[in-house]
Amino acid sequence: MTTLTAKDKQTVKAFWAKVSGKSEDIGADAVARMLVVYPQTKIYFSHWPDQSPNSPAARKHGITVMMGVGDAVTKIDDLKEGLKELSQLHAFTLRVDPGNFKILSHNILVVMAVMFPTDFTPEVHVSLDKFLAAVSLALSEKYR
Amino acid sequence: MVNWTKTEKATITDIFSHLDYDDIGPKALSRCLIVYPWTQRYFSGFGNLYNAAAIIGNAKVAEHGIKVLHGLDLGLKKMDNIEAAYADLSSLHSEKLHVDPDNFKLLSDCITIVLAAKLGSAFTAETQATFQKFLGAVMSALGKQYH
Repeated sequence: MTTLTAKDKQTVKAFWAKVSGKSEDIGADAVARMLVVYPQTKIYFSHWPDQSPNSPAARKHGITVMMGVGDAVTKIDDLKEGLKELSQLHAFTLRVDPGNFKILSHNILVVMAVMFPTDFTPEVHVSLDKFLAAVSLALSEKYR
Repeated sequence: MVNWTKTEKATITDIFSHLDYDDIGPKALSRCLIVYPWTQRYFSGFGNLYNAAAIIGNAKVAEHGIKVLHGLDLGLKKMDNIEAAYADLSSLHSEKLHVDPDNFKLLSDCITIVLAAKLGSAFTAETQATFQKFLGAVMSALGKQYH
């Protein structure tokens, strides 16, 4: 389910090339939506003085996450190897339950639909969904 | 039983009063069949589902998408007892259609994404939360009669 075909990789790279200019806004909106729609995810940010979805900390975090996604696009041919340090970070330092990767992925897809309704076709959707699932799996690699 | 604030009820009513069922229904179902191809298992009588273009152009898929979307009207009309609203449809999905209830979420996510594309920035985080809460209640009700 998470093996990316050549077509998937091509689709993801082409779509990313189109949208990466807005990656900061995409990330900020995805994280904001996650905090509002799935309030249980706020537990990971109890150290923020302001946990509201549009706070500077939330926006900054969205930018960080999306930079990671962009980086993953460049490492699409070997995500397990390419993301191994990020996996260690999430496993041992952040200790984010991997179920939450799916939640954030869903919100990234919603933002793509909101911001790029014509470009986010069903074909792009399936390849991007597979890609985010593969990224999530690579991020889970070092957990146990 | 799900509790709704006045604001949530107003949001749901507003979404559905402006909903173009004939547009959103076909788009949501076809997206589901493309993004989660194993869901095609329920539609073997629908003819050509061979690729995305075929699915999008398939008249039976479009017609069925509209029908399924109108199924949400049952919950809209009876928000204070959604479980009761879907008792019959739940039995249907379990006993006649044999739909895996995990698949409700797949279609639900596609409806959300198609609606997001239609509404753009008007589909705020709060709107998304309320809409997903509604779909969650419908899905839960649809699963109730499975045994």
